[in-house]
Amino acid sequence: MKTIYFNKFYKSFNILSGILIIASLVFLVFKGLNFGVDFKGGTLIELRTDKSSANITKIRDSFNQMNLGDVSVKNFGNETDFVVKFEKQNSNDPQFIEEIKTKLSNSIGSVDFRRVENVGPKVSAELLRSGVIAIALSLAAMLLYIWIRFEWQFSLGAILALFHDVIITLGVFSVFSLEINLSIVAAVLTIVGYSMNDTVVIFDRVRENLRKYADVKIFELTNISINETLSRTIITSVTTLLALLSIFIFGGEILKGFSLAMILGVIFGTYSSIYIANPVLVSLKVSQRTIVKEEKE
Amino acid sequence: MLYFSKLRVFSVLIFTLIISYFTISNFTKVDDEFFSKNIKLGLDLQGGSYLLLEIDNEPVITQRLQSKVLEFKKFFKDKDIKVRNFVIEDKSIIFDVENSKIEDVKSLLDDDKSEINPYFQQYKSHQFNFENMDTSFKLEFSDYGLVLLKNSSLDQAIEIVRRRVDEVGTNEPNILKRGNDRILVELPGLDDPGRIKSLLGKTANLTFQFISSSSEESFGTEKLSFEDGTSEAIVSKRIVLSGDNLMDAKPTMNNQTNETVVSFSLDRVGAKKFGKATSNGVGKRLAIVLDGKIISAPEVREPIIGGNGQISGNFTFQTATDLALLLRSGALPAPLNIIEERTVGPDLGKDSINAGIMSLIIGFILVVAFMFYKYRFFGLIANLALISNLFLLVGILTLFEATLTLPGIAGIILTVGMAVDANVLIFERIKEELKNENNSIVAFDSGYTKSRTTILDANITTLIAAVILFFMGSGPIKGFSITLGVGILTTLFSVYFIARLITAYYVIKNKHKEKLI
Repeated sequence: MKTIYFNKFYKSFNILSGILIIASLVFLVFKGLNFGVDFKGGTLIELRTDKSSANITKIRDSFNQMNLGDVSVKNFGNETDFVVKFEKQNSNDPQFIEEIKTKLSNSIGSVDFRRVENVGPKVSAELLRSGVIAIALSLAAMLLYIWIRFEWQFSLGAILALFHDVIITLGVFSVFSLEINLSIVAAVLTIVGYSMNDTVVIFDRVRENLRKYADVKIFELTNISINETLSRTIITSVTTLLALLSIFIFGGEILKGFSLAMILGVIFGTYSSIYIANPVLVSLKVSQRTIVKEEKE
Repeated sequence: MLYFSKLRVFSVLIFTLIISYFTISNFTKVDDEFFSKNIKLGLDLQGGSYLLLEIDNEPVITQRLQSKVLEFKKFFKDKDIKVRNFVIEDKSIIFDVENSKIEDVKSLLDDDKSEINPYFQQYKSHQFNFENMDTSFKLEFSDYGLVLLKNSSLDQAIEIVRRRVDEVGTNEPNILKRGNDRILVELPGLDDPGRIKSLLGKTANLTFQFISSSSEESFGTEKLSFEDGTSEAIVSKRIVLSGDNLMDAKPTMNNQTNETVVSFSLDRVGAKKFGKATSNGVGKRLAIVLDGKIISAPEVREPIIGGNGQISGNFTFQTATDLALLLRSGALPAPLNIIEERTVGPDLGKDSINAGIMSLIIGFILVVAFMFYKYRFFGLIANLALISNLFLLVGILTLFEATLTLPGIAGIILTVGMAVDANVLIFERIKEELKNENNSIVAFDSGYTKSRTTILDANITTLIAAVILFFMGSGPIKGFSITLGVGILTTLFSVYFIARLITAYYVIKNKHKEKLI
């Protein structure tokens, strides 16, 4: 196969990544994330109306009259399906949901509540905390693993790539106000695993090549390694993306956010293994001595 | 890496067949219990209700302190120590001791064999911690004392919750402890938890108290409102009889008034108490109080001696049934708050299963087609490994009766996408090896050997993410981490035993063929 000179674009893509990370951080800090009921508390109702005449404005109006705090209504897949979210949660009152249903039926006709989620403030705070801990823990575990397996220069590259992927994926969620719920945490953790996996495959090859070629500069060497593993990188990301696209298109509305986050994560993860992890090795001037020294110790 | 002993081939085959059998058993009916295992569907797939309840332990702590004060009074009286000014304040007991006995009290409280402040050897802790200032003592629950109290109230509560849920008769409810003040209730198949919620939300503390003749609240009486909220009454604080003495309760029709009532029968002690109280109280009104609200307050016309009675109060048949159920199952030690609820209707569950299976089939076909396009014959080997991987994965989930959730199905599909990675790494490596090596057996062998650490690295990273998710995640997400984690193990098995076995046979047979892969 023809050699592609990925290393020519290290600088320009690093600048691009830098801009994307800064933009993501700006959005995350100033706009924040759109937390779902899992993390914000409140009530979510997925409902199905029996005729499509019940439009979104009508539903929003009837919910607004019920004094439930901030109400959001969105179409959910079919045109007869809607997801309604509001701040008030009152799971202690057994009649709470029943009353909403009655009031709603009076104004828009018969409705079926397909899903009801009611999360109290205490639980949502705990879920958020354990979500953050889970992500932090997985990053720490990856750090530890890569630190045991590789020299510190490699670890730094891999971890920077991980942060890059997680921050930009969350940034996209912030820009488009996509909902962050429990399944997004699962997606982020899987992205962390995938991104690390992808980086490790290239790094393994870099290390192997460092032993093989004493006189090749790391700038060239990373390019050789990327090229040697390129077809694997492409095939694996294609099959993973095929599976994810299938979930995204056919897996139903509930899995949309999850599969979208994963698709973004796989794309960024593949990109960052090449354009974040490797330039780090170059700028840290990794050479054959880096690994030989470690091995002697 | 290409050599397999006969025994190894045989055991791989047997293992794969046995596990795969359990995949198939999901779709067949066999009478034998062990062989007819089915994968368990999570609430999000079969529909049902998930409730997380939290005990409000404040009233229990106050109650326990009150009874402890009585214990103290008796204890010190027996020991001939004068104590006075008992106060319960801020979850602690405060009292004064006569000057000469301060040291005695200290040692009584601090003794490892203390009768009044039990010492728990294994936790190196007394039930109460105490402070002493001059003649004043202040006692509060030690951490372990509090844990003990919470655990016992949780144990009681969980028993009552179980009884109430069982009485409603839902299908295979799952009731579990969570921490030391929470109860998780899973009710498969229930799409309207309203009734269960109203049953669990009531403490069901039943008392009989006489209505006071005075119209002003005073010491020994309290003002309570009626259940329907229309009026209030002054009620004597003295409890004639409580729900503890109830043996049975059921909804019945009162033939005279044609009203639905709840009839109850009392145990012997209760019947005696009730008979005495009603004998003395003919002509007075007796309030029937449930959780601080008066249900009704009928006049006592004659003494009730037999231990049987009726509660009237504008019941419908349903509310009478529910009250009877609550009375039969007993009172909760403390109020329960529902702090999280998730309910999925059965048709949404069915839709989710269909969508999940649909995307699994399509994702699978796409991956298989792509692999065949890329590698031809070796694509077939990878695909065969993928199919056995799926059978192993679902088989293991079935065998261990793991719960399959919607994110769990997503985990299976993701496994399909990522599982080929290992074979791809191997095949690509073999291609490279073949460039410099004429002997194809050697090339294949070193292809396998050289890619091994990379494959392990790559899978361990994903496994780490899955394990963390398993411990930190809840419900559906846990289902995802299980399929993802088990998927990695079955992937490694299918790649290193099944795919390698077939590859080995093929390569050894066709070692002279040009361009093997």
